[in-house]
Amino acid sequence: MLTLSAISKTYANGTQALSNVSLSVEAGEIIALVGGSGCGKTTLLRLISGLEHPTSGKAMIDGESIEAPHPAVGVAFQEARLLPWLSVADNIGFGLADLPKADREERVERALLRVGLAGYGPRWPRELSGGQAQRVSIIRALVTRPKALLLDEPFSALDAMTRASLHEHLLALWETHQPTMVIVTHDVEEAVTLADRAIVMQPRPGRVFADIKLDLPRPRDRLSQGFVEAKRAILSALDGSLVETASSSPGARVGGAWW
Amino acid sequence: MSVATEPDIADEAGAARPRLSVFSGQRALLGLLLPLGAALLYEAAFRAGLVEARLLPSPSRILATLFDLAKSGELWTHILATVLRVAAGFVIGAGVGTVLGALTGASETARRLLDPTLQALRAIPSLAWVPLFILWLGIFEASKVTLIAVGVFFPVYLGVMGAIANIDRKIVEVGRAFRLTRLQLARRILLPAILPDYIVALRSGLGLGFMFVVAAEIMGASEGLGFLLVDGQQLGKPDQILAAIIAFALIGKAADGFIVAASRPFLRWQDSFTAAGR
Repeated sequence: MLTLSAISKTYANGTQALSNVSLSVEAGEIIALVGGSGCGKTTLLRLISGLEHPTSGKAMIDGESIEAPHPAVGVAFQEARLLPWLSVADNIGFGLADLPKADREERVERALLRVGLAGYGPRWPRELSGGQAQRVSIIRALVTRPKALLLDEPFSALDAMTRASLHEHLLALWETHQPTMVIVTHDVEEAVTLADRAIVMQPRPGRVFADIKLDLPRPRDRLSQGFVEAKRAILSALDGSLVETASSSPGARVGGAWW
Repeated sequence: MSVATEPDIADEAGAARPRLSVFSGQRALLGLLLPLGAALLYEAAFRAGLVEARLLPSPSRILATLFDLAKSGELWTHILATVLRVAAGFVIGAGVGTVLGALTGASETARRLLDPTLQALRAIPSLAWVPLFILWLGIFEASKVTLIAVGVFFPVYLGVMGAIANIDRKIVEVGRAFRLTRLQLARRILLPAILPDYIVALRSGLGLGFMFVVAAEIMGASEGLGFLLVDGQQLGKPDQILAAIIAFALIGKAADGFIVAASRPFLRWQDSFTAAGR
C-alpha cells in the first residue's frame, strides 16, 4: 500500500507547490492525478518517486518511508528518456544490472514480447517511433517488478490513435503483476479509461480537491453511460476546483501579501 | 517525435543502415576529386610550358622528391621524430585537459577556482610561451613536447568541461531513479553521454598538436618534418617544402582517421545523419 501523509512541499523560492496532501492507494489500485497546470500533480509524483523530498510529511510504501528512489517504485517519465547509446534491449535491462546475464536477457526478451516489440532488441532508440519508445520506457520501469509504478503524463506527447493503443498496452501489462499505479494526466478521458480512482487536484497551493471512484467494468467502453457520467463528474470537479481557487485567491493574496 | 504508422518508421531506419556503408567508398572518391584535379591541371599547364615552375614545382617533381626522401630513409626519420613529439605532447595535454575539464565540469567549486586562471592562460597566444619554454627546458625535446601539450590542452579542457555541463539532466535523473551509485552514474550515464563531444575535443586537440609541432620544429630542430620545411627554405628547395607539407597533410589525416575509427564502435548509436558528417 502506498501512503502519503500530510505532504507539503515549498520550493526554495517560496512557491508552495503542495499543501497537506494525504492519500492512500491500495496495492494494485490504479489512480489518476488530474488537475490544471500548476496544481502540483507532477511534484507529488516526484515526491513519491524519491527524486525530490517533501518539506514536511512523508510518503511510504508498505510501511517503508521513501527517502530516495526506492527499489519498490518504478518511474516512467513524460518523455521516454531512453539512453540513446544503449540498444532497446539494454535500455529495458538497465535496471537489471545485478542479475546474471542469462536471466537478464531472458527477462528482457519476455518484456519485448509483452510490449509487442519482439525482434526490436538490437535496435537503437532513435529507430523507434514515439509510441514504441514510450512502451520501452514503461516496460523498463516494470521489468524490475516494482510494487508501484509512477507515470508522469506518459502519453501526452502522442497522437490520439497511438495513445488509445498504449492505454490497452498499459492495462495488459498491469494484469500480470498488478502493481499499484499512479498516473499523472491532464486528459480526463485517459483518467476514466485507466483508473480505479481519480484524484482531482486544486492549484495554488496544490491540494486534493476531490476523490472520485471510477467503478466501471473493464474493458471500458468509452461510449457507455457510466463512462460519460464519470467523465462529467471529473470535469465538474475540475471546474469546481478552479472556481474555488478564483474566489479564494483574493483573500489568499491579502493574507499572503505581508511577505 | 510524432507517430504515423508505427512499424514503418522503424523499418525504414533499420533498412537505411546497410546502404550507408556502400556509399562511403564513393564519398571518399568525391573528396579526392578536387586536389587530384587541381594537381593534374597544374601538371598539364607545366608540361605545356604555360607556367614557370621555379617557385611552384610540378606535382610530378614534388612526388619524385617525396619518393627520393622515402627511399633514402630520410623521410621516415623525420616523420618518426614529428609523430613521436606530437604523440608525447598529445598524451600529456589531452590527459591533463581531461582531468581538469572533468573536475571543473563536475564541481562548481573547482570551476570557480580553476577556470578563470585557465581562461586567462588560454588568452595568451601559445607561441608566446616559446622563449620561456626554451629558457626553462632547453632547446631539445622537453620544450617542444611542452609547447605541443599546451596546444592540445585547451581544446580538450574546454570540450570536456562543456560536454559535462551539457549532459541532459533528464537522462541523469533516469540513473537516479534506478538508484545508481555515483560511480555507476559516471560509468553508465555520464561517460557515454560525453563521449561524442569528447572525441570532437580530442580531434581538435590533435589538430592543434600538429600545428604546434611545426612551430616547435621551425624554431630549432635537427630532424622532423618542420626541420625539412626550414631546410627547404634555406636551401631554396620548394619541392622539399611541398613534400614536407604533403607529408604533414597525410599523417595529420591518418592520425585523425585513427581517432575516428577507434571511436566509431562506441558512437554507432548516434543518428546516421551526424555519423555521416564525421
